[in-house]
Amino acid sequence: MRQLAFDTPLIFESGHPGRANRYLPAGPPLTDFLAPELLRDELPLPDNTELDVNRHFTRLSQKTFAIDLGFYPLGSCTMKYNPRINDAMANLPAFRDLHPFTPDELAQGALAVMWELERSLASLFGMAAFSLNPAAGAHAELTALLIAKAYFTKIGAAATRRTVIVPDTAHGTNPASAAMVGYRVVSLKSDARGRVSVDEIKAAIGSDTAVCMMTNPNTLGLFEDHIKEITDAVHAAGGLMYYDGANANALMGNSRPGDMGFDLMHLNLHKTFSIPHGGGGAGAGPVGVAKHLVPFLPVPLVTCNESTGAGGWESSDGKTFGLDFERPDAIGSMRSFWSNFAHMVRALAYVYANGFEGLTLVSKLAVLNANYIRASIKDVIDSPYDENCRHEFVVSAQQLKRETGVRALDIGKALLDRGYHAPTVYFPLLVPECLMIEPTETESKATLDAFIADFRAIVATAKSDPGAILDAPVNTVVRRIDETRAARQPDLRWHPNGAAGPARA
Amino acid sequence: MDSTSAAGAADRPNVSAELPTIYTPHTPSEIAAMLAVVGVDSLDDLVAVPDAVALRGPVSVAPARAESEIAATFAGLAARAPGSAYTSFLGAGTYRHYTPPVVAALAMRGEFLTAYTPYQAEVSQGYLQAIYEWQTYISLLTGLDVANASVYDGATALAEGAIMAVNATGRKALLVSAAVHPNYRSVLRTYAEGLDLVIDELNYAADGTTDLEGLEGRLADKRYAAVIVQSPNFFGAVDTPASRTAAIKATGTLVIGVVAEALSLAALTPPARWGADIAVGEGQSFGVAMAYGGPHVGFIATTTEHLRRIPGRLVGRTVDKAGAPAYTLTLQAREQHIRREKATSNICTNQAHCALCATIYLAAMGQTGLRDCAAHNLARARELQTKVSAVGGVRLRFCAPTFNEFVVQVPGRASDVLTGLQRRRVLGGLDLGRFYPELADCILMTATELTTSDEIDLLVFALSEQVARATARV
Repeated sequence: MRQLAFDTPLIFESGHPGRANRYLPAGPPLTDFLAPELLRDELPLPDNTELDVNRHFTRLSQKTFAIDLGFYPLGSCTMKYNPRINDAMANLPAFRDLHPFTPDELAQGALAVMWELERSLASLFGMAAFSLNPAAGAHAELTALLIAKAYFTKIGAAATRRTVIVPDTAHGTNPASAAMVGYRVVSLKSDARGRVSVDEIKAAIGSDTAVCMMTNPNTLGLFEDHIKEITDAVHAAGGLMYYDGANANALMGNSRPGDMGFDLMHLNLHKTFSIPHGGGGAGAGPVGVAKHLVPFLPVPLVTCNESTGAGGWESSDGKTFGLDFERPDAIGSMRSFWSNFAHMVRALAYVYANGFEGLTLVSKLAVLNANYIRASIKDVIDSPYDENCRHEFVVSAQQLKRETGVRALDIGKALLDRGYHAPTVYFPLLVPECLMIEPTETESKATLDAFIADFRAIVATAKSDPGAILDAPVNTVVRRIDETRAARQPDLRWHPNGAAGPARA
Repeated sequence: MDSTSAAGAADRPNVSAELPTIYTPHTPSEIAAMLAVVGVDSLDDLVAVPDAVALRGPVSVAPARAESEIAATFAGLAARAPGSAYTSFLGAGTYRHYTPPVVAALAMRGEFLTAYTPYQAEVSQGYLQAIYEWQTYISLLTGLDVANASVYDGATALAEGAIMAVNATGRKALLVSAAVHPNYRSVLRTYAEGLDLVIDELNYAADGTTDLEGLEGRLADKRYAAVIVQSPNFFGAVDTPASRTAAIKATGTLVIGVVAEALSLAALTPPARWGADIAVGEGQSFGVAMAYGGPHVGFIATTTEHLRRIPGRLVGRTVDKAGAPAYTLTLQAREQHIRREKATSNICTNQAHCALCATIYLAAMGQTGLRDCAAHNLARARELQTKVSAVGGVRLRFCAPTFNEFVVQVPGRASDVLTGLQRRRVLGGLDLGRFYPELADCILMTATELTTSDEIDLLVFALSEQVARATARV
């Protein structure tokens, strides 16, 4: 299946002065209002007709793979279907056009959305409260580590609690977030079963331990079955446990981070709660905490005076809400305004569509889909951890590479030619030639069967005619990219003089 | 509907019989066939966990409902948020602007909306090109050499820009104008807590711009990584230390220019021209919905000198193996997935879709449309300023030139006046006492190209009522 490949010159190369759209009446001269020395003397942007613009971006869209076009077995990214009711609700004018400084009494419905979502998440994941403030997963990790630092400052232990423990299966954002809070990062080696070993962690923790960051199931798709012993050990050493929610799609209705002993966690609403990734964002990364850390959550929090305080979701009918900024122990605020609110609407719509029973089924079928693919390809590619997985799993192309020269990367590129997105490759780092596959629950058996057949055919071709795989992709609008040139001669923008050269000083 | 689904609900015990299919396509017979391939008896066996961590206790989430009922529920919630229907003079970092419908029509295409981050460049050329165009637009608007593929919002753009300056200079203190958006300064302080940075402030002067008196003295010991100013600043004033940037840089201190109202870039001297080494800001004004605060889109632009300190993703143009032009994410050795704890930032997910909306908006408006829009903002704000300051007892608080917002002083407390205006369904602006106790009698008022003379007249009428009431109280 060949990708469409219309020519798309840069928008800057197609514009013509005088072809302007009339979205607004002609304006008066700027010099009627401001002195010339305050004004810019040139604005070198192209004028285009709306048809130019429409055709340009429509063509660009056709050169972009997306869930709406095909299957995305992208591990740790949870590329599930994005229901359109979510967008329709987020675009209701009352929400879309609501200014963040609107007085609380005129924004009650929006606050109710945030509150109903927050209460649902807290109950579903076993945390005392969530902040909806963080804009993405990495932003949430930073938020949580700042909460940990504030907590240790409050109990007088900040000077000694300087270390963050991160398993070698962790996402790269974990150590990067720790570094932004000045923490020293200690990497923990996984055991032969692909888990964090209780002995290893006991050896690693001590009076300097601030936080241990884990995800469960981990990025190998394996459930950390000793998690309770691990959280108990870290707590006994005075540390906090952080749950990276990137893999929460495996857990809903089955097990809760709060019950596992995690003190802090985040969710990627753009993964588990069906918010569209939009080409890399915007996301949303609510941070949940256990009761002793609630005072440190960033401002503002949504409050409700009439809540029963029972701990879970309650109807917002007849209740009143406010944004609470007066929280003396809070770490401060993490962003310009209160949340990626449009995404809170989308996530709540998704909760409404599923309810508890639906969300439970979502996780079960996500696990079923992953295991079905794993069971159907493990006779043709190495499965380094040969047991049933959770919502994702890893295979290794190392043996295939030895035999044929075909690497994990090449298999990914060959999948592009057959109308799929590539799996996550070369992550987690401990598995050589790793391919990480996460199908999600929204894909049908028919789609999975087709993918399995194509995957097996690629491996067979790798053995019979490796050159064909090494040459892939050939059906895409461009062939493999010269990444070295991109990095050595950075060309990061167009220049008005027409020179498409490197960025200039 | 699948004829097997009603009967199937019985052997899917966790599924409500009323709503047998959510967004999952599996029929009961398919589930059985798949379980057989996997070699387990039931879904429950597949997801079993140790007893110690098995789900305990009741879970309470919002109950399930059909799609038509979801729509009805949100319609009810939306009716409880009438703020957007009020006549509004709110700005302060989020602005009501006209967005041509073509922006949503294109941005909401499924290919853009449901794409992942373009790591697989061969199947993501369209999105990569759009982000390259966004980087170019931001570079052209700020006058700087390069811009990144976006950060979360204006406040986090400032925090990330400040960290760039800290890393570039090896200095751990920042000097920030008190006329920078209070929420941005608040986020800067939060981030600074993590890295043990010192944040000092420059006061604002009587005219509403940053007070630069004695600046050279404060910079003499070379402890500051950067001086941070915003233009137009939080009071709406054009606030550029153009005459001082040479002196600032002579001390090895960088200049960070903050832009909270991106539309101003279409009219005012761009940050690079008044001496900013790094420009950071908020792009919401370019076709991104206000949406009660997000998602919006932050930008960071800088000079080539600091290119490798930029946080987050960058798209570059290169060639493919056949020599054809191609785009790809590049310079990834700065980023967390390669460098882990040594990365320039932890940012991964950014605001790509908002940046796409802004790119389409800028392409549609063009230089002519943007100039017109900026001119209308100036004109409407000037009309608002003239009419409001003609109300007895109301006066302009500052005298520096402004773009589309400004500060007025009212008799009595601003919060009382604003609450009174709400009775006429008017949101008169932002109570500055919220952030500046000494300005508790001041309101930040904003007008855009969408502000009409009728709206201004309504505000003037309602404001006259409130002023009369406040004066009577005095």
